[in-house]
Amino acid sequence: MFVLDALNYASDWLDGSLAFRWSCRMGVCGSCGALVNGTPKLTCAAPIPETGEVLIEPLHNFPVQKDLVVDIGGFMEKLVRVEPWIIRERERALEEGEYPQKPEELEKYDQFSACINCMLCYAACPVFAADKEFIGPAAAALGFRYNLDSRDEGANERLDLLTGGAGAFDCTFVGECSIVCPKNVDPALALQRIKIDAAVTSLKSIMRRGK
Amino acid sequence: MVEKFSHDIAIVGAGAAGLRAAIAAATFSDKLSIGLLSKVYPMRSHTVSAEGGTAAVLKEYDSLDLHALDTIKGSDYLADQDAVELFVREAPSEVIQLEHWGCPWSREEDGKLAARAFGGMSVKRTLFAADKTGFHLLHTLFQHSLKYPSIVRYDEWFVLSLAVEGGAVRGLVALDLRTSELAFVSASAVIVATGGAGRMYQFTTNGVIKTGDGMAIAYRAGVPLKDMEFIQFHPTALPGTGILITEASRGEGGYLKNKDGERFLSRYTPEKMELGPRDILSRALVQEIREGRGFEGPFGAYLLLDLRHLGEKVIDSKLPFVRELALNYAKIDPVKEPIPVRPAQHYTMGGIHTDVNGRTPLPGLYSCGEAACVTINGANRLGSNSLSECLVFGRRAGLDAASFALSRREGGHNPGGDLSVSSEQYTSLAEEKMNRLLKKEGGQERLAEIRESLQSLMETKVGIFREDEGLREALREIRELKGRLPSAKVDDRGRTFNMEMVHAFELDFMLDVAESVAYSALMRRESRGAHFRTDFPKRDDRSFLLHQLSYNTPEGPRGEKLAVNVTRWQPTERKY
Repeated sequence: MFVLDALNYASDWLDGSLAFRWSCRMGVCGSCGALVNGTPKLTCAAPIPETGEVLIEPLHNFPVQKDLVVDIGGFMEKLVRVEPWIIRERERALEEGEYPQKPEELEKYDQFSACINCMLCYAACPVFAADKEFIGPAAAALGFRYNLDSRDEGANERLDLLTGGAGAFDCTFVGECSIVCPKNVDPALALQRIKIDAAVTSLKSIMRRGK
Repeated sequence: MVEKFSHDIAIVGAGAAGLRAAIAAATFSDKLSIGLLSKVYPMRSHTVSAEGGTAAVLKEYDSLDLHALDTIKGSDYLADQDAVELFVREAPSEVIQLEHWGCPWSREEDGKLAARAFGGMSVKRTLFAADKTGFHLLHTLFQHSLKYPSIVRYDEWFVLSLAVEGGAVRGLVALDLRTSELAFVSASAVIVATGGAGRMYQFTTNGVIKTGDGMAIAYRAGVPLKDMEFIQFHPTALPGTGILITEASRGEGGYLKNKDGERFLSRYTPEKMELGPRDILSRALVQEIREGRGFEGPFGAYLLLDLRHLGEKVIDSKLPFVRELALNYAKIDPVKEPIPVRPAQHYTMGGIHTDVNGRTPLPGLYSCGEAACVTINGANRLGSNSLSECLVFGRRAGLDAASFALSRREGGHNPGGDLSVSSEQYTSLAEEKMNRLLKKEGGQERLAEIRESLQSLMETKVGIFREDEGLREALREIRELKGRLPSAKVDDRGRTFNMEMVHAFELDFMLDVAESVAYSALMRRESRGAHFRTDFPKRDDRSFLLHQLSYNTPEGPRGEKLAVNVTRWQPTERKY
C-alpha cells in the first residue's frame, strides 16, 4: 500500500473534492510528487509506514493551486530557456543515417537524461526556496545533458544560458536535490560541472584574447 | 464570458503521436498556428510508460517485407496491407529522425543503434533506449517541440467536444482545469491523439489518464470507431498494480514458468516460446492458471517471469527499469528471484477510423496513435510497433492537416471558417453539463461505484475470453450504468482543479467507448487475434475477414462492415 493508494481511496470513497495529480503509478510520469512526512517523494512509490499514519503535504517552494496540486508553470518556462534540443551547425540528412554514438559516449550524459520533471528537487532546494528565478536542479541538469551529448554543438551557447541571470553559480552545493531524486539523477553534480565548464570556457576565451 | 482562441490546427493530446504531428505541421509551414491541448503536461502522457522499444528495419539482415509479414501475421490478417507496407517503409527514417533530435537510443559497440528481439518479430528489429524507450521518446519529442514558437501549448486543458458544421470540423470546446472556464478553439483542422481507453478495465497497465476521451468525442461527432473488439492483454504485468513488465525482458532471454517450474509455452508456442505474440501468450497464461498450474497470491493467481539466468550485468544494462519496478512495487529483486506476473489490459487496437494520412470521414478531423485505427495492428498488435506507429502516422497526420489548413488559409478562410451559429452554442452545451454536476443537490452513489462496476464487467465479460451471453449482459449493464451516471454524487462544487468533475466526464466517455467494444465483440462471431469467443473458437475468413465500424446512435452503436485491404499476403493459419 502506497501513499497514492490512500489518496485514491480518500477521493473515491470519502471526499471527491481532494485534488492531486497522478497517472502512471509506476514512477515515470512524474506527476504525483508531494511531501510525505516532510520529505519530497513520488506518492506512487512511497510506502505507507507501519504505523499507518502519514502526513501528506503539497511540494514546498511552489504556489499551491489546490490541495496537492502546485503551479509548475515557472519550471516549464525554464525548460525552454536551457534550449533542450540538439544544436548543430549542419544537420545530417535522414538518408545519412544515425550519428554514431559509442556506448561510452552515451554513458556520459545518460543519467542526466533520466529526469522525469517531478519537481522533487525544486521542493528540496534551499536556493530555489529563496529565489524563484533560480534555474534550479532539473532544468540545469537537462541543459547539461545536451552539452554532454556527442551529437550536440551548442554547449557554449547553452553555458551562457545556464550561468546567466539566476543561473548555476547561485547553487550553493547543498546537494539536497540529488538526495531526493527518485531516478538517481545527480543534478548537484551537473550544477558543479556547469560552473567548471563555464569557468574554463571563459578562461580560454580570455587567453585567446591575450594572444 | 467564454474565451475564444483560433489556430489553423488544434491537436488534442501531447503524447508521441500528438507531438510528432505538431512538429510535422510546424516544419511544414511556419505560417501555421498550432494549438496543442492536453489534459496533462506533455511529459506526463502515457507514451512515457512504454518500455521495450520501437520497431523499424535498420539492420542489413532485415527486410521491409519481413517486417510487413510479421505485422500482418501478428494482426491475424486483419491489418490493411497497403497501410502496413507504407508503415514499415517509413518507420526507419522516423527512428533516425528521433536519433537526430537527441533520443538516447542504446548502441552497439561501434556506435550504431542496437536492436533487440521482440514477440512476433522474426529478427532483432526493435530499437530501444534501455527499457525506458517511451519515456525517452516522449521527452525527446517534447523537448524538441519547444524549438517551435508556432506550437502554442494548452497544458492541463481538457477537450470536451468537437464543433461540426456544414459537414466539417470547425473547432472544439475545452476546459481549463485551473479555473473550470470553458473556451472555444476554432481550427481548420483538428487532430485527435488522445491514446487508448485502457482504464475501462479493472486490471490494466495503462495510466489513469487513458480514458478514451478522443475516441468518444469523435464518435459523438458522427465519426465511426473501427475494430473496437480488439483489446490487447499484455502477458506480463505485476499482480495487484498492473504495472507493466516489458516484453523486452523476454526479448533479452527471460523465461515464463508455471508452478511446476516448467517453461509451459512449449505447449502453446513451441517455435517461438517466450517470443510468441501477446494474444496467444496471454491466453496461455490464463489457461495455465485455470488448469491449476499457477501460484496463489494476495492479488489472485499468477505465474513467474524468471530473469535470474541473464545475470545482474545484463539486467542492469538492458532492463534497469524492470529491476527498479520490481524492487519498488513488488519488493522482488529479479537478479535473485523470479517476478510474479499475470496478463493485464494493455492496448486498444481499435479506434477512430482513419486512412493512412490520418484523415477521418469527417473533413478536417484527423487522428493518429493509439486513438486512431488505420489499421496496421488488425486483431493483435506486435509489441514495439506502437511507438513507430505514433511517429509514422503522427507525422503523416500532421503534414496532411497542415496542407489542408494552409489551403484554407490561402483561400481566405478564417481557421474554422465562419460558423453559422455562434461558438457559444457549443460551449453552452458543455456549460450545462458542468452545471448539472456542480449544482446538483443530493445525488446517490459515488462515481467510483459506477467506474468500478464498468471495470469489473469489462474484465469478466469483455476480457480475454468472451461469449454471446456475457457480451449481451455487458451491453445491458453498460447501458444501465449510463443511466445511473447522471445521478451520481459529486462532492466538489469548486472550480479550481475539480478533478472529480473531470473524472465524471472521463467516465461518461469511457462508457461510450466500452459500449462500442462490447457491441463489436458481440457482432464478431469468430475468434481472431486478441478477440477470442469461446462459442466461436475458430477464425472465419469467409464471414469475418472484415473491419467493423461502429457509429453512435441514440439507441446505441450501429455496425457497418468494411473490406480488409489484402495486397500480397493471403491469409493462412497462424502458428508460432
